[in-house]
Amino acid sequence: MSEAPGGDVPLITVRGLVKSFDGRAVLDGVDFSVPRGALVTVLGPSGTGKSVFLKCLAGILKPDSGELAFEGRPLSGERCPVREEFRKRCSFLFQGNALLDSLTALENVSLPLEQTTFLSPAEIRARSLEALRQLEMEDFRDQHPSRLSGGMQKRLALARAIVTRPEIVLFDEPTAGLDPLRRNAVFSMIVKYQRHLGFTALVVTHDVAEALVASDRVALLEGGRIRFEGTPDGFRQSPDPVLTAFRDSSHSLAEEIASIRTPQTSLA
Amino acid sequence: MLSALGRRSLAFVSGIGDYALFTGRSFRAIPQARRPARRILRALYEQGAVCLPVILIVGLFTGLVLGLQGYHVLSRFGSEGLLGSLVSLSLVREMAPVLAALMLVGQAGSALAAELGMQRNTEQIVALETMGVGSHGYLVSPRILASLVSFPLQASLFTVVGLWGGALSGSLLLGVDSGLYWSAVDRSVGAVDIRECLVKSLIFGLISISICAYQGFHAGRSRTATGARAVSAATTRAVVLSSISILVADYVVSSFYV
Repeated sequence: MSEAPGGDVPLITVRGLVKSFDGRAVLDGVDFSVPRGALVTVLGPSGTGKSVFLKCLAGILKPDSGELAFEGRPLSGERCPVREEFRKRCSFLFQGNALLDSLTALENVSLPLEQTTFLSPAEIRARSLEALRQLEMEDFRDQHPSRLSGGMQKRLALARAIVTRPEIVLFDEPTAGLDPLRRNAVFSMIVKYQRHLGFTALVVTHDVAEALVASDRVALLEGGRIRFEGTPDGFRQSPDPVLTAFRDSSHSLAEEIASIRTPQTSLA
Repeated sequence: MLSALGRRSLAFVSGIGDYALFTGRSFRAIPQARRPARRILRALYEQGAVCLPVILIVGLFTGLVLGLQGYHVLSRFGSEGLLGSLVSLSLVREMAPVLAALMLVGQAGSALAAELGMQRNTEQIVALETMGVGSHGYLVSPRILASLVSFPLQASLFTVVGLWGGALSGSLLLGVDSGLYWSAVDRSVGAVDIRECLVKSLIFGLISISICAYQGFHAGRSRTATGARAVSAATTRAVVLSSISILVADYVVSSFYV
């Protein structure tokens, strides 16, 4: 695996990742790296395989070919010790939150500590309450997820993701289905806790404006490959027509709508 | 046609193998399960207290019908005094374990398949695995362990209520002497009959709960049904396959005891 400029091994490195479904290559040779401590966003239109990419990284889906590495060590096979270490140091925030609906908010947050650590019940409770407090969800600790709003569920899912103090958090479309105000709130929440807790964040989304403001690095996944990888400024200034179209999608829509002529109807 | 038959046979055999591996994995996960007490208690509540009214009602009416039908058959031969034997042996050896298991499949088993199916569809099971929580040990093993207690208990309750149902129709409504009825029950039912009832219940519990868990756990595996349809298909398959398996297992176990 190659090293990032400066000699530091990237936290996550992906080389030639291929994943197909029913003979259709969704990922067709993805090359990508995530530096330690950064907030990296993978952009792309819906259906381009952003979530598939994240799930291959998390070990939920098995890639057809390609190399994945964590701190330069290959992540291959289900029982590989590096994969196990990656799993312990990583959290995944699902698009639909994947909260256990039979458990209360506090029980949901306690679950990973209860099941994967040897902490005492008192310590588990204290850490879970602390995570809920950080996300301003302490007052809702006895509520079941179905009783909470979409934004609260997102915060609860983030509380569960950070309670184990992970070094990497993978966010799968964290703002999907939210209105613009909530999208901003979720992105600012991710940035706030990423800076506060110091984890490395990898976010996949199609919200260009928010991603360009919030991220340290951005990448564009298009046609199964990474078309662009660099800083938000580099993305904004790129003359690449695909990037331009993606970046200026709201302007294009305005132009498209302006060009639609209302048919003249006669009321004779 | 031959190739289609071959494909179906292979799919059937591989399905059985997959189910066996799933059940084996769930058993292996029992010692690794962390803090399982609360989840076992919840499963006991779902298979026990929640299903109790159905068990009591079905048990009572089974006993009532056995008393009624048994009386009219036995009275043809002038053997009404054997009504207690007929009701008790029918209940203990056959009807209580089978009917209680079928009722439990209809209520607790279908609920389990639907719950796991929903959890599969909303990525809750995948989320457990990404958190490093063994999904078999967390979701399936407690249910299987609880079934080993709840099924024999429910079958026992079914028997007791059924015996009272038989007494109600036989003695109270049709005039068989109550002492005669209960002494026939006492004379007829031996330790071997009670053991058969408990062994059958244990086996039915294990088979049906593991089938329901397997179907729910793998809801949506088929490409033809996804989302809500996958959950409903998994629940239907769980109930149908469990019920058939209970009847097949009943024949096999009975053949050892006859």
